[in-house]
Amino acid sequence: MESTLTEEQKEIDFQNKIDSGIVIEPKDWMPERYRKQLTRMMSQHAHSEVVGMLPEGNWITRAPSLDRKAILLAKIQDEAGHGLYIYSAAETLGTDRQEMLDQLHSGKAKYSSIFNYPTQNWADIGSIGWLVDGAAIINQTALAKCSYGPYSRAMIRICKEENFHNKQGYQILAYLMKGTKEQQEMAQDSINRWWWPSLMMFGPSDADSPNSDELLRWKVKLHSNDFLRQRFIDRTVPQAEAIGLTLPDDKLKWNPETRHYDWGEINWDEFYAVIKGNGPCNRERLKARVDAHENGAWVREAAQAYAQKHFN
Amino acid sequence: MSDENKNTQWDLWEVFTQKKTGAPHEHAGSVRAPDSEMALMNARDVYSRRNEAVSIWVVPANYIVASTPEDQGPFFDPSNDKVYRNPNFFKTPSGIKQIS
Repeated sequence: MESTLTEEQKEIDFQNKIDSGIVIEPKDWMPERYRKQLTRMMSQHAHSEVVGMLPEGNWITRAPSLDRKAILLAKIQDEAGHGLYIYSAAETLGTDRQEMLDQLHSGKAKYSSIFNYPTQNWADIGSIGWLVDGAAIINQTALAKCSYGPYSRAMIRICKEENFHNKQGYQILAYLMKGTKEQQEMAQDSINRWWWPSLMMFGPSDADSPNSDELLRWKVKLHSNDFLRQRFIDRTVPQAEAIGLTLPDDKLKWNPETRHYDWGEINWDEFYAVIKGNGPCNRERLKARVDAHENGAWVREAAQAYAQKHFN
Repeated sequence: MSDENKNTQWDLWEVFTQKKTGAPHEHAGSVRAPDSEMALMNARDVYSRRNEAVSIWVVPANYIVASTPEDQGPFFDPSNDKVYRNPNFFKTPSGIKQIS
């Protein structure tokens, strides 16, 4: 049925739908820009999950016990699953998965800056679960209420699984903090390196975030970057104190008037350097993804050939 | 043909899972797979790592026929104006067991 509404009227109707809390589904009319922005956000989120498997994968062969190895494997498998949920959801907007992967492999698409940092010791696996997954939980819990159905449903699924990741990481650090002096120092060193990059996960400050207004209006984003970052800090500081870790920010202080923690300043030069491709591991991460794709080509070919032979 | 097979992400399948016996199958998401066997295995690996399914259906996405948002008005019209399908429509003396 041809719609006789003007583009302008369709956009007004669309905004009204969003404002009244109606969830947008794949076959609904949507502004091209909404489709484009969401495709970008979702595909980059999916890329982040899959690239995120790499820093942790680094320690599978060196996990301190068989139990911890099995647990780490399960966590990493979850991340693969999360990536797949989000690729599936992103595809409903009309972009083929191969195109999204091509953009990742060519360096055109971004993924979360945090995964460009190296895992230097076992304690880093703890920091990742506690801080990185902790930050992800805050972000994803907010996104579970976003206006696009497939994305919000994928987030709900992910949120259920993310809590194990967070707890697993925190438990690693809590255990180390009860150990030898060396183990405590390793844990402290680890969070010294992961704290600030974790705060950067929430993105630039709102004044420097050009897409924010539009995304908030369309309920693709539910809160500002600064709001979520503050929520993460408020939640995490007591957790650090409870196990004897000192967060590497001497300006961190509870403010009884605002009822939030005051804290120092992010080094934004580092953030922009990393997202431009000059973090410690950017090239290594991209190479690992491209290699995996190319070295796996024979599997895809063989499976396709088998299917054509037996199922047609 | 070989190059095509290298760069394909395989066909799209929609996945429906049944949480426990007696429950309906619900749409869980999609997977990519070259054939039905792998579609089922991929669906199990992606959508039931935590015992969320006792049964899984996979359907090639292009076999699904769906109503469209434009249909919302006329297609579903007959259900909108027959309020007497709802028992609350009927006014009867209150306080009587099993029928009020």
